Amino acid sequence: MKKLSKLYTALIIVFMYMPIVTLILFSFNNGKTTVWKGFTLRWYTDLFRDSQIISSLWNTLLVAFLASIFATILGTMAAIGINNFKGKKKIFIQNASNIEILTPDIVTGVALMLMFTMLGTAFHFKMGFVTVLLSHITFCTPYVVLNVLPRIRHMDYSVYEAALDLGCNPWQAFRKVVIHELMPGMLSGFLMSFTFSMDDFVITYFTRGSAFQTLSIQIYSMTHQRISPKINALSALLFAAILILMLIVNIKDRKAEKQQAQRV
Amino acid sequence: MRLKRPSIPYIIWMVVFTMIPIVLILFSAFTDRHGNFTTASFVKAFGYFDVFLKSLWIAFISTLICLILAYPIGYIMSRQKKSVQNTLTMVIMIPMWMNFLLRIYAWVTLLQNGGPIDTMLSFLGIHTTLIGNQGAVILGMVYEYLPFMVLPLYSVMAKIDNGLIEAAEDLGSGRLTVMRKVVFPLSVPGIVSGITMVFVPSASTFLVAQYLGGVDDIMIGDVIDRIFWSDNNTGSAIALVLMAAILVFLIILNFFGDEEAIA
Repeated sequence: MKKLSKLYTALIIVFMYMPIVTLILFSFNNGKTTVWKGFTLRWYTDLFRDSQIISSLWNTLLVAFLASIFATILGTMAAIGINNFKGKKKIFIQNASNIEILTPDIVTGVALMLMFTMLGTAFHFKMGFVTVLLSHITFCTPYVVLNVLPRIRHMDYSVYEAALDLGCNPWQAFRKVVIHELMPGMLSGFLMSFTFSMDDFVITYFTRGSAFQTLSIQIYSMTHQRISPKINALSALLFAAILILMLIVNIKDRKAEKQQAQRV
Repeated sequence: MRLKRPSIPYIIWMVVFTMIPIVLILFSAFTDRHGNFTTASFVKAFGYFDVFLKSLWIAFISTLICLILAYPIGYIMSRQKKSVQNTLTMVIMIPMWMNFLLRIYAWVTLLQNGGPIDTMLSFLGIHTTLIGNQGAVILGMVYEYLPFMVLPLYSVMAKIDNGLIEAAEDLGSGRLTVMRKVVFPLSVPGIVSGITMVFVPSASTFLVAQYLGGVDDIMIGDVIDRIFWSDNNTGSAIALVLMAAILVFLIILNFFGDEEAIA
């Protein structure tokens, strides 16, 4: 790298990480303000004693997990079907699927809220876990479709037919050939869904009703009222989790790449 | 195997959870509390025209700054060894996985009066308020969405063959000419998708302005949030106008992108 490029890259990285590093530093600060008053771990112990935060963390993970599983199944099936449509119909369905991605989150949020409120008054239910889950599946599935479709297009159907000729029943052939081929696309769709669901604030905010709490909602109510160093501790822990996860994924990817390189 | 049936559940899902809610917004925007047809909501929505324009303006400036900051970094990344490229991509992506509210909150901590930057500046004899103005909102927006500009630019530019750049240099082009005549035209698809991915969420965002802006710095997303809970109809009308504006923007942008690609 040339010097100027290096400097510029470094500046961008500083810009991206400075706020996060600041939060992490202040999570160890023995004081409620941004003036350094010595080292402490009390915000972390406070955090673990806060049962509301812990339960909203579980809610977040549960919604993210269920929504991305469901979105992956729904999206993969959809992609298989869409691929067999022809011409204008195919383009129409694909565009319809992309509408959800292009609609601003806030519009999706209020639109779903409007529908759930109407249905709620008609059928006597309140918004909560179920409505949040349904909304998350709605905004996650198009990303699965986007990830799986290109893989189907490049799939060779004769392999599936060969599997049938070699004595697989259709379900076995489907599992061993089609699912195997689509797996990378399904996996990246699943991961995208999971992260989008975990990170979502806006759509959850409008569809959660009054009682259901996710981590984003919890963070919102904590940061909106006053500055609490517990938030800093939470940020630090989340950041550590993300970092570890990314390192694992990256190391695995590199191993796989090396193995592939050796095979070739 | 060549079945269309597997897509039926998703088509039904889209109708129920995407189409019907949008139709409901449309319906609600054109009716009053009792379900009678009226355009009064749009008249009320028009009262927020200045907020609307300001949101588009802030989104425009933020997108422009993101583009200016991201273009060099995307190019620098794309010219590295594959392993360095992967590492840099990860470095750019990691902050994206931090919760959106925490990232904004981090800037509140940094910029607040008596915060680290303020303390440093007053030590140098500079006394200003860093938070509670439009600049802070734009800064937050740029921070929030910069990776969405870097990644598409990088992935398009990574596909540019080094040989092409070298050939242009061998044929006597200076560095600027290479940029203008080789790199830029080939990077247009990345620019278009980067602009889409930054402009759409920043025009419709809410909370960023509430956290970093002053009292006057509310954006159209905040208005929708404030109004919708008490007045569905006006809220729907504003949401509808916002959606229409973004749609028009996307159509223009796509048109522009196609033109460039052909030329």
